[in-house]
Amino acid sequence: MTSNAATAKESDGFSRVASGELDTTHGVVLYLEDISVSFDGFKALNKLSLQIDIGELRCVIGPNGAGKTTMMDVITGKTRPDEGTVFFGQTIDLTKMSEAEISSAGVGRKFQKPTIFEQHTVFENLELSMKADKRVRKTLFSSLSSAQKDAIAETLKLIRLNDSADRVAGLLSHGQKQWLEIGMLLMQEPRLLLLDEPVAGMSDEETERTGELFVSLAGKHSLVVVEHDMAFIEKIARKITVLHEGSVLAEGSMTQVQNDPKVIEVYLGR
Amino acid sequence: MNSVTGGLSRRLYGPRGWAILALCGIAIFVVMPLLNLAVPAESPFHVSAYWVTLFGKIMCYAIVAVALDLVWGYAGILSLGHGLFFALGGYAFGMYLMRQIGSDGQYRQPMPDFMVFLDWKEFPWQWWNSDSFWWCAMLVIVVPGLLAFVFGYFAFRSRVKGVYLSIITQALTFAAMLLFFRNATGFGGNNGFTDFRRILDIPIATPQTRMALFAFTGATLIATLLLARWLTTSRFGRVLAAIRDAEQRVMFCGYDTVHYKLFVWTLSAVICGIAGALYVPQVGIINPGEMSPANSIEIAIWVAVGGRGTLIGPILGAGLVNGAKSFFTQAFPEYWLYALGLIFILVTLFLPQGVMGLLKKKQ
Repeated sequence: MTSNAATAKESDGFSRVASGELDTTHGVVLYLEDISVSFDGFKALNKLSLQIDIGELRCVIGPNGAGKTTMMDVITGKTRPDEGTVFFGQTIDLTKMSEAEISSAGVGRKFQKPTIFEQHTVFENLELSMKADKRVRKTLFSSLSSAQKDAIAETLKLIRLNDSADRVAGLLSHGQKQWLEIGMLLMQEPRLLLLDEPVAGMSDEETERTGELFVSLAGKHSLVVVEHDMAFIEKIARKITVLHEGSVLAEGSMTQVQNDPKVIEVYLGR
Repeated sequence: MNSVTGGLSRRLYGPRGWAILALCGIAIFVVMPLLNLAVPAESPFHVSAYWVTLFGKIMCYAIVAVALDLVWGYAGILSLGHGLFFALGGYAFGMYLMRQIGSDGQYRQPMPDFMVFLDWKEFPWQWWNSDSFWWCAMLVIVVPGLLAFVFGYFAFRSRVKGVYLSIITQALTFAAMLLFFRNATGFGGNNGFTDFRRILDIPIATPQTRMALFAFTGATLIATLLLARWLTTSRFGRVLAAIRDAEQRVMFCGYDTVHYKLFVWTLSAVICGIAGALYVPQVGIINPGEMSPANSIEIAIWVAVGGRGTLIGPILGAGLVNGAKSFFTQAFPEYWLYALGLIFILVTLFLPQGVMGLLKKKQ
């Protein structure tokens, strides 16, 4: 672990050179190759390889402990892999970048538990996550342009919180918080969205609307959705990846995956 | 241009806030000087030197409280070592004040008494150029700022936070205190600096100089408050508060939180250094006791009593706690620490938002 951390630090200096414009000439937005992560001997990810195409909506399922959240941690820079490579487009090596750099490069993440800024208003939540120059010097003197205000108003409408713009975000219902976090992601204008259990705790109606939203986002953005709610997955999924014990067990359409004997075994336990 | 400044003033405070601030300004720059300098000493309206110094001292503390509120109340970084930055500013300016004594010390030598006593023949390197006001004024800013920057860089980059950071800052100020207790460090050992005679070649103990220092401290306090208010109402301030509440989300929004914390941390230390430099000529002494861990904890108590994240609250807290301290240490000197502990417990239990929370509830 420590030697890995050291190499990550040494290469920090090069990260700015390596990053840059997202290059998707081969139609692929994210490559994971042979990723392994272990925590105190427990292999959370075991030679995981995965490819997300540009504009794709990919659903990732798997039993508890299959490594779904760890995979997101690796992509977003929260966890450094022991082995393997993560490429964003053809050129950007995510394993050498910090969380903030990865986010600026165009990867947005929604956490399992909604994390918003509870003490800020809904409007401020969107303002802070908006794509902008996020260096200290700039935020000291920045003010919102009318185009930016419009963008925030548009997102407010999309997430149906336009009546709550000046409300403190901590007062929102659970489902509204989930939507606010999705809105915050969209304000970042990410190329790739990672959504960890986005409909947990939502009412049926909210779940349905969320599904419609994701389907409408696909194409413009690439989405990776981790979910336990199989009914929800069935509605939105085109391609599904099943994770098990830290690696890919099966991949394909809903029917393909459902009829895969390995998947049946894992889920039903023979 | 007019509308821009109008927007800014509206952003900082409402009409009532500006009115209160103007009243405070009048009290500091007009009423106090009149009552102290123009009203004869026999008059019941005369304000004595004791009160001028006490209020001046409390205003220095209030500046420190605002500085701590910036990092604790807004960025969620609880420092229990801010007394160190205050003391460093005090020592930096104290060097200049020591040089201003000239040959009027006990030993009638051109060097400070403690150096003569230690039989030093020349100034150690730390004292280079210390007879220059501007050099020492620069040190007041650079020394605390640099220490805070280096410490903060390593602490924030290694993601040290919460109680661990608090403990390290305590250790830092304690270590510095031990260092400054040593004569070899070159700052007068446990006696520190005292017996100042002049500042800018003007006698320091006259009522006019005292009042000038008082007014300058008042101006610094108001400027600090407005600067802090400007920072915390900007997008930068909203990012800080977001770091306090959900740092990871802020990172995933694309902000490099280390830079944000480092900026506000260093600024806070610089403000403390300036407060220390204003404190020393008014109180007339600086010694390593200012670096004691208890001192830094007391600063946190001022902020907690006044109300975190309110800027005005810490000023009130510094005033209330130090007012109570002045009263207690004269009336019942042996009970002050008990009273302080009791205040802290009561505020934590019943007034989590401090005095400001109470005032807000009343409204």
